[in-house]
Amino acid sequence: MVQRIEMKPVNRRDILRICGSGALALLSTSMLPGLVYADAKAVASEIKKLIGDKKMTEGRITIEAPQIAENGNTVPIGFTVDSPMTDADHVQSVHIFADENPSPEVASFHFSPASGKAQANTRMRMIKTQNVVAVAQTNTGSVFMAKAPVKVTIGGCGG
Amino acid sequence: MANFKARIKVPKKAKKGEVFQVKTLVTHKMETGLRKNKKTGKKIPRFIINKFACNYNGKEVFSSNWHPAISANPYMSFYVRAEKSGSLDFSWTDDKGQVGTKSAKIMVTG
Repeated sequence: MVQRIEMKPVNRRDILRICGSGALALLSTSMLPGLVYADAKAVASEIKKLIGDKKMTEGRITIEAPQIAENGNTVPIGFTVDSPMTDADHVQSVHIFADENPSPEVASFHFSPASGKAQANTRMRMIKTQNVVAVAQTNTGSVFMAKAPVKVTIGGCGG
Repeated sequence: MANFKARIKVPKKAKKGEVFQVKTLVTHKMETGLRKNKKTGKKIPRFIINKFACNYNGKEVFSSNWHPAISANPYMSFYVRAEKSGSLDFSWTDDKGQVGTKSAKIMVTG
């Protein structure tokens, strides 16, 4: 964003205006123009969309993520949900969210009792340092969640 | 059918009831739709694989919906419990509706 300023006598009001727009420009470039970020609220509304108004309890999910990710383009991410994975009690789906990516959804995984283990690993993109949120839903209707912070050195979403 | 280059890793043999790991890797750019063409300044349209599924002897055991936050050349590993000898069929579906498939055979003993 380049500001073109015509040369003319400047008064106090002009200076204020220029500084203001400069600060705005700085702010928007630092956030990559055109990208709107998600936040914790967006994650919460996404979760609501997927599972409704159920009560979430923390725990039973272990997120495997690096504390510091050097490259935000491929951050290895995995999770394990503590569940017997029988017909009577198994994890149906796990949703992964990133609370500051341009869009909060990362992926949803659907399991069946034939999965044996509610565990999966993949690689994701992260634009900056943020939290990864995992929400697991079982066939009995209970919902579990877990959160893990990941530091990102070089963001990876393309800009 | 789309020509997806995919690699899968499934054990050749497993004991009945054993839970084994399956690893998959597919070659795809996973264009997020946020990147801009540096010359024209236009946004490159989103083009990703949005669905992955694994069927074991015709029954879906694992599936996943992907969003643009999944890295290029998506890697996916998960677990399956060995029940009967047969095949594991994998499929990847992209935004244009093209489907790539690959399958592996497994022998279940005991």
